[in-house]
Amino acid sequence: MAIFLQFFILLPLFTFIIALCIPAKNETAISSLAIGMSALQVLSFIPFTLYWLLNDASILFSKHIVFYQTEHLEIFFSLFYDKTSAVFGVVGSLSILLISIFSKYYLHRDGGFKRYFATILLFFAGYNITILSGNFETLFIGWEILGICSFLLISYYRDRHLPAKNAMKVISVYRIGDMGLILAMWMSHHIWHENITFMKYSDSAGILSHLAASPNEVFFISLMILLAAVVKSAQFPFSSWLPRAMEGPTSSSAIFYGSLSVHLGVFLLLRTYPYWEGVFSMKIIIISLGSITALLASWMSMVQSTVKTQIAYASITQIGLMFIEIALGWHILALVHFTTNAFLRSYQLLVSPSVLGYKIHNQFFEFKPIQTIHVSPLVSRIKNTFFMFSLKEWKLDDSLSFFFKMASSFNDRQRNISHKLLTRISLVVILVVGFIYEEKYHALLNNKILLIPYLYACIALWLILNAFASHADARQVWINLFLSQLFISFTVLFVNEDFNLSHIAIYLSGSVLSMIVGYATLHFIYQLDKNILLKWHHGYLHTQTTVGIIFLMACLGLIGLPFTPTFIGIDILFSHIHQHHIGIIILISLCFLFLELAALRMYARIFMGPFKKVNHPVAFPSS
Amino acid sequence: MKPSHSFDEKHLINELKHYLPSQTPLKDFIHHNSLHAFQHMKFYDGIFHASKIFGYQVSLQLQEYRNLYALGRIHEQALDMVILRREAKLNEWKQKLLFESYDDTRDARIGKLRKRWQSEYGIHLDNLVQPLLFRILNSYLDQGISTWTFESHPDGFLAAIKALEKNSLTSFFKSKRVRKLLFQEDLSMQNLLHMIVGDEAYFEQYLFDQQFSHRGWSGMVATIEEQPHTLLSPKKISLKELILFELLLEIDALDQSFTSWNALCSKANFEALDILSPTTITELDKVYMLWQDAFEWSYYNEVLSALSSSAHLVQSPKITHSFQALFCIDERECSLRRHLEHADTHCETYGTPGFFGVEFYFQPEHAKFYDKLCPAPVTPKYLIKETNVPEKRKHELLYTSATHGLLSGFASTLGLGLYAGVRAFKNILLPQMSPAISNAFAHMHQHSTLHIENKDLKDRENDLQIGFTIEEMANRVEGVLRGIGLITNFAPFIYVVAHGSSSANNPHHGAHDCGACSGRPGSVNARVLAFMGNHKQVRELLAQRGISIPHQTTFVGALHDTAADHIAFYDTDFSEANTLQQHQKNVQSFETALDMNAKERSRRFYSINTKGKIKDIRKAILDRSASLFEPRPELGHGTNSLCIVAHRNLTKNLYLDRRAFLNSYDYRTDLEGKYLAGIMKPLGPVCGGINLEYYFSRVDNYTLGAGTKLPHNVMGLIGVANSCDGDLRPGLPLQMIEVHDPVRLLIIVEHFPDIVLKTIQSTPDMYEWFINEWVHLAVFHPETHEIYYFKEGKFSMYKPYDITLPQMQLTEKFFEQSLKMKSNRIEDATFENLPIHLNPIS
Repeated sequence: MAIFLQFFILLPLFTFIIALCIPAKNETAISSLAIGMSALQVLSFIPFTLYWLLNDASILFSKHIVFYQTEHLEIFFSLFYDKTSAVFGVVGSLSILLISIFSKYYLHRDGGFKRYFATILLFFAGYNITILSGNFETLFIGWEILGICSFLLISYYRDRHLPAKNAMKVISVYRIGDMGLILAMWMSHHIWHENITFMKYSDSAGILSHLAASPNEVFFISLMILLAAVVKSAQFPFSSWLPRAMEGPTSSSAIFYGSLSVHLGVFLLLRTYPYWEGVFSMKIIIISLGSITALLASWMSMVQSTVKTQIAYASITQIGLMFIEIALGWHILALVHFTTNAFLRSYQLLVSPSVLGYKIHNQFFEFKPIQTIHVSPLVSRIKNTFFMFSLKEWKLDDSLSFFFKMASSFNDRQRNISHKLLTRISLVVILVVGFIYEEKYHALLNNKILLIPYLYACIALWLILNAFASHADARQVWINLFLSQLFISFTVLFVNEDFNLSHIAIYLSGSVLSMIVGYATLHFIYQLDKNILLKWHHGYLHTQTTVGIIFLMACLGLIGLPFTPTFIGIDILFSHIHQHHIGIIILISLCFLFLELAALRMYARIFMGPFKKVNHPVAFPSS
Repeated sequence: MKPSHSFDEKHLINELKHYLPSQTPLKDFIHHNSLHAFQHMKFYDGIFHASKIFGYQVSLQLQEYRNLYALGRIHEQALDMVILRREAKLNEWKQKLLFESYDDTRDARIGKLRKRWQSEYGIHLDNLVQPLLFRILNSYLDQGISTWTFESHPDGFLAAIKALEKNSLTSFFKSKRVRKLLFQEDLSMQNLLHMIVGDEAYFEQYLFDQQFSHRGWSGMVATIEEQPHTLLSPKKISLKELILFELLLEIDALDQSFTSWNALCSKANFEALDILSPTTITELDKVYMLWQDAFEWSYYNEVLSALSSSAHLVQSPKITHSFQALFCIDERECSLRRHLEHADTHCETYGTPGFFGVEFYFQPEHAKFYDKLCPAPVTPKYLIKETNVPEKRKHELLYTSATHGLLSGFASTLGLGLYAGVRAFKNILLPQMSPAISNAFAHMHQHSTLHIENKDLKDRENDLQIGFTIEEMANRVEGVLRGIGLITNFAPFIYVVAHGSSSANNPHHGAHDCGACSGRPGSVNARVLAFMGNHKQVRELLAQRGISIPHQTTFVGALHDTAADHIAFYDTDFSEANTLQQHQKNVQSFETALDMNAKERSRRFYSINTKGKIKDIRKAILDRSASLFEPRPELGHGTNSLCIVAHRNLTKNLYLDRRAFLNSYDYRTDLEGKYLAGIMKPLGPVCGGINLEYYFSRVDNYTLGAGTKLPHNVMGLIGVANSCDGDLRPGLPLQMIEVHDPVRLLIIVEHFPDIVLKTIQSTPDMYEWFINEWVHLAVFHPETHEIYYFKEGKFSMYKPYDITLPQMQLTEKFFEQSLKMKSNRIEDATFENLPIHLNPIS
């Protein structure tokens, strides 16, 4: 039966590719395709699940494409199916069917009709990859696709400021979670010495022996998984991104932030439960986070005065409770809770524009003037304090921004240095010199002193952070981003002698092509108005849609999205950093965190936002 | 010019209020001219001035005009004509219009000073201040979304903030200094501006920049300050308080960003800009102006030549009428009237503003408030109460705020979640009316009792008289009947057909209801007028005044749902079987007309097959009004462009494609124009207001319209915004204005030019609309059948250039020829706005 699993991924993926080929004007073909696919998915997934249940309902596992293989490392695509996958799969395909039918009419004649459906289809493929994944690598592919789809749908109305701004904000937070997953994979690789599959989780003896052997590492992995889950499900302290994600059409908010995407944290915890089941402190942490979230979010939901943000916080509240349920081992309850919450919140979001008419009408008949209840000064003081904190979202958004502001303020001081030719030449010299002396270095220092790799990692991070908040010419920044890639690979070259040029080649293969294509597109754009400073939004998608798409692809290639070899390269690269190289791993992680943000920010700045030439109706900055 | 150095706070606030958008909370949707602030100027001077100050796009783009010309929608004759009217050199200007390339980028005065925060200080002050400001403001004004509410304060917004700040362990402000400022005795705008801006010369410009950086919220606050009753849950607030609070937040943000900072203009080496000072008309403006004129006249010429070619003129044959039907002047009823006259050639239709001359507040049974059911500027002195509603009001389970709590949320999620899923599928596959949907028929229950007659003058409530006395009723019935010229030849039935609109998921539903009833369905008015007309004593009084209504004539109220194309008749429990039978025959005619009306409307709806069976089309149209996923339940006033004040004979044989407000008027019964002033006075604010709101939302949907409605988020039940921290978006959403041709309203009156001139000059308010050309005015001379056009204060003859008007037969086939819209670009979207056709009724 396991052989059928791939069908549920290939179906949306192929549909996505077909949808790309349909002319944008042909709404009927695009929507029919999406509806047909999701109907087929429902009609195959549900019988499949029923058949599976009626038989032995045992876990299904299959191994597919092997991307990369050496004696140390095997990276492959694998699928896995159990009751959690079944529930998420059924809810997912029903929701997608619902939204596809809804959107066929809702999005009618919207300028981005095709873009919308294509993104929904890709999202669905990513969702299915995630919930059916058999190992972390596979899960990560789906996870990344979901992140990019979120970015694209939040910035769906890209000719306004707020979608561009909030899309960056959400992807920034998402990226923190992604790093959690990368680090979890990295550490797992070191303690298991192989690519672990979720199948192995059922081997409780094996897990226990590992826990006994390396409790800290297991704790670390669990913590990183939790980080990813907490971010994706907007739990404390990352809750504030969810209300800000409600930028796209109501129907896309309903499916992403009402039903599917936001519950993936729940899925991740359910999936990895056998792994951290034995770590008592993890349970305490999850229960605490869940409780804090549930409390804070329910207060925030109560003070929200806009309908979509109210639903967002109400949903976060319930997800907080699901976290607790999972930690307590009440998984059936968590699955039921997920299902009901997904349907309820997406329904509430779908009908959210009706609220105005309904509630005003209701109030017309039932209005009661708000009564001030007199309480003791102390109670009133505490109440006011909680009210104001909740209105300020418990400063969650401020503290998140603070983290990213720190990163960008680092840049401000350096702004003028990084792009000068001289700097670049000296950087290349450092690279070349390093490369020449690399072997001697290994021989000489035998990995005890990590001064040089630290230096390289720092330079890489410095380059990336500069790019992250740069106001300079986009082409310059683009080159710096590429240079940073070199420094990253050289860092690893220094810390591990097994890491060699062929690995670097895999790692850089995608980047080089992306770098050339990206540079060419940027140069093309530069030729139009001789100005592509990253200081403000240029909004070139208004006139240069195709170029914009090419540049987006280049960005995604550069940062190693699953369609380039760089994706595998990153995995290999991480596997060569030893677990005791804590400093290096932190620096490299930060590099990857900000690399994606820097690249997407470039895309946002050059291509999104209102078009800079004001000869057509242009949105206000406050919309 | 006023001296620039002294800062006059009061003056500034009045100025701001004048220019800010004045849209009320969405529950009361009153169409108005989006650029009302410039109405004291000539149309073109006003809009280009507005554009240069605030950066709006105020006409179509140059290329769009050129495309329309290429398509033949702008006629060459019209182009020549309008150029010659304004310019001497025809060919030179024609060349410019057609081929010259212009730098058409716009530069606005607004925001220039504020930009300096970014260019000189490197901070986005708006980003730092606005999200929190909007959240607090929205929370304070919230009408019922939040369950833990901001405690309002009788002394206003700032007092409420102070009360909260005083009694709390945290603060909205990060800096202690600002918190102290808040509580300072002499908290004044002047002082705060001195801190932030420095030099007084820049204060005005700064505040304009600041308030216009979020014109949606500022406009809403100003509107609520002026009209506090527009909120059900009362909140006291003023624009001044908003400015003070925002200035405090700005100081707070600056204190956070810098350890020390200088006022923005402390060392300014540039002149303060007088935002409102005059602007000059450029050559490009003139090009736009000529194009717009040509676009308008290409259409007007069709209309005027259709009117003046006397071929279509028919004299009312002396027949006995089967029934007469009064409709609202609304241009959406234009087609229904046409089909009704076709379905029963013996009927007669009339148009009059949809409140049917009866102005009152309405209180549904158990309601805590009153609904105003008359045009917005009127303040009624009467109250109509509803009693004996046979059904209980239904609730929507899934909207309960219990789902937002922690434990209540847990219980209701588990309990209702699957139900929600089923509901979602059900609504999508089988759309059905539900309590969550704005239902035009729910405004008043079909079988309730209305308390209409006042028998005791002491019967009052909240300073309103409950019901009308006999005399008051007679006055109103007489007013309506004389206004439309129906004073003899009464048919056995006079239907009073109000209109409303049902739609799902539509915060702008009020914009689809009856404009003459303050954006609500007019069902109560229809019923009230019918009651008055049927009242024995009222008829006796009317007979004394020369209007004798035969006793076999019955008035019947009705409501037409313009979205669902469904009609309901009120109080039809006739005692005589014969009457009932006749009525039912008429109902059949209405149904036939609705069939055709649905068919006609369906040609603009992509999802409906116009060639399909009538039954299917009716069902599809009905479903649209209850479908959650349908952003276009109907197209509202889109395409409106005409207002004809004349006898129906003048328009009966013309196909006007749902574009004309039709006000019935018979000059013969009003030779001196006594009733004309009453008829024409509201045309500017009501029809002109609708037309201009559509015009501006069409030409700049980003700044003057509300943008696409798909991502809208309902804010505090008072408005919509993008995102969770965006500014309110006044104006009309994209989905309402797509098919609209942005042309000004052409009002055509059938009367003698001197009478019309006297009429429009009777009040300055009315005259402003015409003399400043925010609407066009033409007169159809009833005797010579010539057209006179009003310009620069006088009427002069207009001879239409020759065009051949297409002919049509009002058959199903005619509507089946239509093409589906390819995109919502103006060329495609308005392609199906058909030219005037001659439609001879045999």
